[in-house]
Amino acid sequence: MGWIGSLYRSSVGKKSIMAASGLLLSLFLLTHLLGNSLSFLGREAFNAYAEKLHSVGDLLYIVEAGLLFLFLIHIITGIILYLENLQARPSRYSVSTSEGGRSWGSRTMPYTGVIIFVFIIVHLLNFHFTDKSVPVADLVRGLLSRPPMAFFYIISLLAVALHLSHGVWSLFQSIGFNHDKYNGVLLKGALAFSILVGTVFILIPVLALVSRSFLL
Amino acid sequence: MSDIQLTLKIWRQEGPDAPGRFQSYASGPISTDMSFLEMLDVLNERLTGEGAEPVAFDHDCREGICGMCGAVVNGHSHGPEKETTLCQLHMRHFNDGDTLVIEPFRARAFRIEKDLVVDRSGLDKMITAGGFVSVNTGGAPDANAIPIPQKNAEEAMDAAACIGCGACVAACPNASAMLFVAAKVSHLSLLPQGHPERARRALDMVSEMDELGFGNCSNERECEAACPKGISIRNIARLNREFLKAAIFSDED
Repeated sequence: MGWIGSLYRSSVGKKSIMAASGLLLSLFLLTHLLGNSLSFLGREAFNAYAEKLHSVGDLLYIVEAGLLFLFLIHIITGIILYLENLQARPSRYSVSTSEGGRSWGSRTMPYTGVIIFVFIIVHLLNFHFTDKSVPVADLVRGLLSRPPMAFFYIISLLAVALHLSHGVWSLFQSIGFNHDKYNGVLLKGALAFSILVGTVFILIPVLALVSRSFLL
Repeated sequence: MSDIQLTLKIWRQEGPDAPGRFQSYASGPISTDMSFLEMLDVLNERLTGEGAEPVAFDHDCREGICGMCGAVVNGHSHGPEKETTLCQLHMRHFNDGDTLVIEPFRARAFRIEKDLVVDRSGLDKMITAGGFVSVNTGGAPDANAIPIPQKNAEEAMDAAACIGCGACVAACPNASAMLFVAAKVSHLSLLPQGHPERARRALDMVSEMDELGFGNCSNERECEAACPKGISIRNIARLNREFLKAAIFSDED
């Protein structure tokens, strides 16, 4: 199995691991998004979803362990790539201008990554390592009706959307998928995905902040 | 034609280990018909006359096909014009009174030899590592003896347009040489003559690239935008494909 080690040591290998873990994390985000959307249907639907999820039992622990593994791989590989890339140009340009290829998303990948990392820790403390006897709807209302927390969520979720705006397209390029027939769809689809994910997730803290009756 | 006057802020560095700094020069009258390198020639004639050290810069064919010239002008590799090498960049694209900041290509793998001259032998080392094909000795084979689809020939030719100037490395935020390696791997793997070494080539060229200290590709697309030959990042996707196929499925290790 030496080939896995040499794959991980190579630049293209590390990028493909970023891409594969990024793809799986994006799919997780999509299921998380669908679950969260139930909050728009009202308190009962949202609470029922949370209870149903918890009743899965041991399978949930396996999925959680898998997610943790994916996050760790993505974060550690990302840090290695970031440090290697810093070292690859020790002396900076005095005038640094974009040639026209970079986007806001691609430029800020390491920084949005750090924001998302901090956000995930806070988010897990808020909803995972907490008293699970409280109905999830009350948990959401209690946390996100407070403006500082709601704004922290909104800003973090904007970072998620920005991260995805480059990441989703980029992961296809990294695993070698770039085809004239699909490039237009892929670029627009990746952008649409990040906007959709950002908008739906951000709606929750926004609604919790402005609507008295949200999840009540 | 008309003349323009420019302020040139040029990176001066005596040797690889010497500290570098910017020095400002008034260009004097520059004809807009001149190329960028001719403008530097004019400056160097004057500096030599004054007994000062002329600005060292690389150049050879001055018709945009050899890949020898190159510098970063106001943050753009080969200057601000798209798909243009520095030698083919004409002074009519600049305005009277402009300030031009001229720096060498910067990357850990490109050592600065002097002023604007950088050592790009890393690109040659990657070619040595895998950018070759094996051919039989003997009489020349008949033309078209090996059928090649027109589309493949065209795509291979597009990749082969790479002149190896290193502008992709210079423009990459991570100083990655992926576009260069991608162009070479694409050029050879698209053609049947390149197939015997196909897997080995992708593995060896990427491994050489990593060892030389080039950065990792993060799909910023700056290389494609800076490339004087318009090499597409589709080639990078092809390299990723070739590499992963070779690493995961081939017998090569």
